[in-house]
Amino acid sequence: MRSHKHDQQAQRSFWQMLHIDMPLLIGLMCLIILGGFIVYSASGGDSATVIRHIKRLSIAFVAMFIIAQIPPLVWRKWAVPMYIVGIGLLVAVLAFGHVGKGAQRWLNLGFVSFQPSEIMKLIVPITIAWFISQYDLPTKFKHIIIAFLMVIVPTLLIAKQPDLGTSLLIASSGVFVIFLAGASWKLIGGCAVLGSAFAPVLWMFLMKDYQKQRVLTFLNPEQDPLGSGYHIIQSKIAIGSGGLNGKGWMQGTQSQLEFLPERHTDFIFAVFSEEFGLVGVTLLLVVYLAIVMRGLWIAVNAQHAFTKLLAGSITLTFFVYVFVNIGMVSGLLPVVGVPLPLVSYGGTSMVTLMAGFGILMAIGTHRRFIM
Amino acid sequence: MVKQPRVAIRNHTAEANLFARRSFIALLGVVIMLLVLFSKAYNLQISSFENYQTRSNSNRIKLLPVAPNRGLIYDRNGVLLAENKPVYSIELIPEQIKDLEKTVTEVSKLLGISAEKQEKLFKSLRSKRRFKPIELLSRLSDQQVALFSVNQHKFPGVFIEARLKRYYPFADLTTHSLGYVARINRRDAIKLEEQGKEENYKATRNIGKLGLEKFYQDELHGKVGHQEVEINNQGRIIRTLNFTPPVPGKDLTLSLDIELQMIAKRALSGKRGAIVAIDPRDGGVLAMYSNPSYNGNLFVHGISTKNYGKLLSSKDRPLINRTVQGYPPASTIKPLLALTGLEDGVITPETEIYDPGFYQLKGVKNKRRDWKKWGHGKVNLSKSLEQSCNVYYYDLSYKLGITKIARMMEKFGFGEYTGIDIYEENKAIMPSVEWKRARYNQPWYTGETLSVGIGQSFWTATPLQLAQAISILVNKGRIKVPHLVKAKTTYDSQDGTTSEQTSRIENIAIDEKPPIVLKDDKNWDYVLDGLHNTVQNKGATGYRAFIGHKYDAAGKTGSAQTANLAQDEKYDASTTEESQLDNAMFVAFAPYENPEIVVAVAIENVAEGGGATNAAPVARQILDQYFGDREIVSKKPHPLHENTYGVDDD
Repeated sequence: MRSHKHDQQAQRSFWQMLHIDMPLLIGLMCLIILGGFIVYSASGGDSATVIRHIKRLSIAFVAMFIIAQIPPLVWRKWAVPMYIVGIGLLVAVLAFGHVGKGAQRWLNLGFVSFQPSEIMKLIVPITIAWFISQYDLPTKFKHIIIAFLMVIVPTLLIAKQPDLGTSLLIASSGVFVIFLAGASWKLIGGCAVLGSAFAPVLWMFLMKDYQKQRVLTFLNPEQDPLGSGYHIIQSKIAIGSGGLNGKGWMQGTQSQLEFLPERHTDFIFAVFSEEFGLVGVTLLLVVYLAIVMRGLWIAVNAQHAFTKLLAGSITLTFFVYVFVNIGMVSGLLPVVGVPLPLVSYGGTSMVTLMAGFGILMAIGTHRRFIM
Repeated sequence: MVKQPRVAIRNHTAEANLFARRSFIALLGVVIMLLVLFSKAYNLQISSFENYQTRSNSNRIKLLPVAPNRGLIYDRNGVLLAENKPVYSIELIPEQIKDLEKTVTEVSKLLGISAEKQEKLFKSLRSKRRFKPIELLSRLSDQQVALFSVNQHKFPGVFIEARLKRYYPFADLTTHSLGYVARINRRDAIKLEEQGKEENYKATRNIGKLGLEKFYQDELHGKVGHQEVEINNQGRIIRTLNFTPPVPGKDLTLSLDIELQMIAKRALSGKRGAIVAIDPRDGGVLAMYSNPSYNGNLFVHGISTKNYGKLLSSKDRPLINRTVQGYPPASTIKPLLALTGLEDGVITPETEIYDPGFYQLKGVKNKRRDWKKWGHGKVNLSKSLEQSCNVYYYDLSYKLGITKIARMMEKFGFGEYTGIDIYEENKAIMPSVEWKRARYNQPWYTGETLSVGIGQSFWTATPLQLAQAISILVNKGRIKVPHLVKAKTTYDSQDGTTSEQTSRIENIAIDEKPPIVLKDDKNWDYVLDGLHNTVQNKGATGYRAFIGHKYDAAGKTGSAQTANLAQDEKYDASTTEESQLDNAMFVAFAPYENPEIVVAVAIENVAEGGGATNAAPVARQILDQYFGDREIVSKKPHPLHENTYGVDDD
């Protein structure tokens, strides 16, 4: 018995030596394998697309693995400089960035072009967690206000690009830190009221026409079934016609006959639901729940306030991707450009996501080393 | 170093508990959100499944109608009169062509498409959807088909399309009876919609516009088939899911004999007129030809305005079907008047009148001349027919009065539709007191009765009506509705995999109307005998045209004035305008016993002579053709007397 227990300990420590959290890795692998199959189906059986997808996944995995090796408290040390550089880059994007797909998101550094907003997805929760973990929990009101300001600045800068999806994710990553740090319910209620009061201001002064149109379309997609409502109507038809068991892999008529737009990227959930039905949807949701639970478990067991808050924020932000994407594809939310994490055909966001999981794994496996 | 003591005094347990609580609340939130997503998915995939499945199917599944093959039309001997011939056209799908302009230019060069047409094409290319086929050139010649087929590999996206188009191999010979089909126009479409037939015509391009093609449109058309195809978001067909084959239209076999039609055309060549031949035993129409005619095929492809204008403005009016147009029947109806007289009892076969060459009503100055200036002398029933004595019939009609005549003639079908299976039929006019009151709001004058007595005045009859009336006469009162279609062949739905079809032939039942019943059946024989004599007796009006015939014919001549002559004015063909010249008429049947064929001939505005010299020879050619080498000897005893009246015309 003893030796057996010892073996287990030894085995666990092998993975810990690699800084890999096995349950999390299994969950992620489930999504990635599933994603590969669906991308293959959604691209109409185009293996070249799948190979590109796998290449990007590999890069993302390497990024995760490398980041997992970094002791998590290192991030705390570098939080302030990273935040300052990040804000600087966002400003640079607005000033010099080049335009792609109607939005100014990319920064060309000569040898590589990238989206600073992606890095901010990690820098913001790191910074807020650093800031809040300096003080006792629950956080005091004035600190919360400062934290809010630190969230709002990058959020607005990204919203200005405009990139509604990313600014939403960044705002929530910051808000989650504040929430997990024990912001009082009164404050949360007050913010909710303030937020709804802010909505008309957002509508009238900050939202671009195309964003307003998306909201209007969301409220009544049938109004313009061939124009702006087309995406969401076709997507709902795809999901609905999947029924309980789905039409079968590669058999989804909405996707295979190209009625469904953005099939292998943002609307891949519709392809999945059409081909695998409610049974498949349920399984997918369970996998996401498992990942979230594992992430929160890591957070709860983390030994430092900073790592707890950071792990919790990364986990919950990951879930925001899931909810916003599925919500938008199924007509529950307006169309916002957020991919289905680890299933959608990979873009830059996949690397960021996996880097986030790298931090999560580091928190889970570096716990012995307290700085 | 400043932070270190702060950390030391923190209550880690309380913080950890707070964080754990918040994490648990967050997890609860996540679970609730997942339940929201699940319930949305449940709502879409289970509760509204049928709705979305239907919408998904209507997205991808299109039902393409497949036109049925139109029924063919055969003559009585199985000669094909209306067929469906493949017509080739060159079509292209823009989506499949890389360099559209180059392709069109090169195909045009190959097939000789004019630059003007190319220009038009480019214009239409711009406005049309890219995946729909566009016609480059229609009605390719065999040579063009071959030329393109050899070079097809050079032009991906361009292909030859074969469609079935109606074709009438005998062209103008059959147009007035068969009619023709032409493109469904707006009026047709509205009518089809009103009748709830538009579904069945989804894939059909042409519709019967005239004649049998129109009358039997529904049966010739058949039932539309459906090809269920899967399409993508571009509308391109991916595959066929299901195929319901169309049911081809019924084939029609006519009683018409195309060889009789040919003879009819030849006999009428250079004349305006019409020939109708009926088999009195079943009412089947053996020949129905109106001259001049026109080529119905012109209309199938869409007749050009120029050609149509020519047909419309032609002095000979080829578009008119003269077999169903009213002509003054003239003396051809004398046998029917004789029958009326016998039946009414105002005459007997032996009744004799004296013909001094004119007829004068008591107290009226106006003299009505016989066609023979010095008169026929003593005239009985048979002689009145043989010689077509006008005075006899002036007297007879005067004695009968218009009402008795009209009632009897209506029974013989004058002024009524015969009920033949084409829509173009004309009722023509059987005048009566009531008719004149209704038409002109005028009283009837006795003088008009006398004109009616010789088949003139307001009286008009179509050649078809005349043939039918004689048919009723030879059938001794039995009325068989004339018809062109003898049998229909029905095809069952054809299996998509085999070309074998099962078919049934159904003969058209003979349609009979209530017969004419006479008080004395012998009256039929007296009149028929008179008609027999008219052809058989030497010197009778119909004799000359039938010298040497071997099928025991009978008949009656007629010459209708189309000009109103003043009293005592002598008609002279040479000084009269062509359109005012007399019409020549002839009715005949043969053999005398058990007649098989009745012929009615009408020829407009003949230059010289009347029915006996112009129309009777035409009728004889038809009968000669019909009987061929058959020899029929009359069992009737040879006429007792040989008339030597020395006349050759009525």
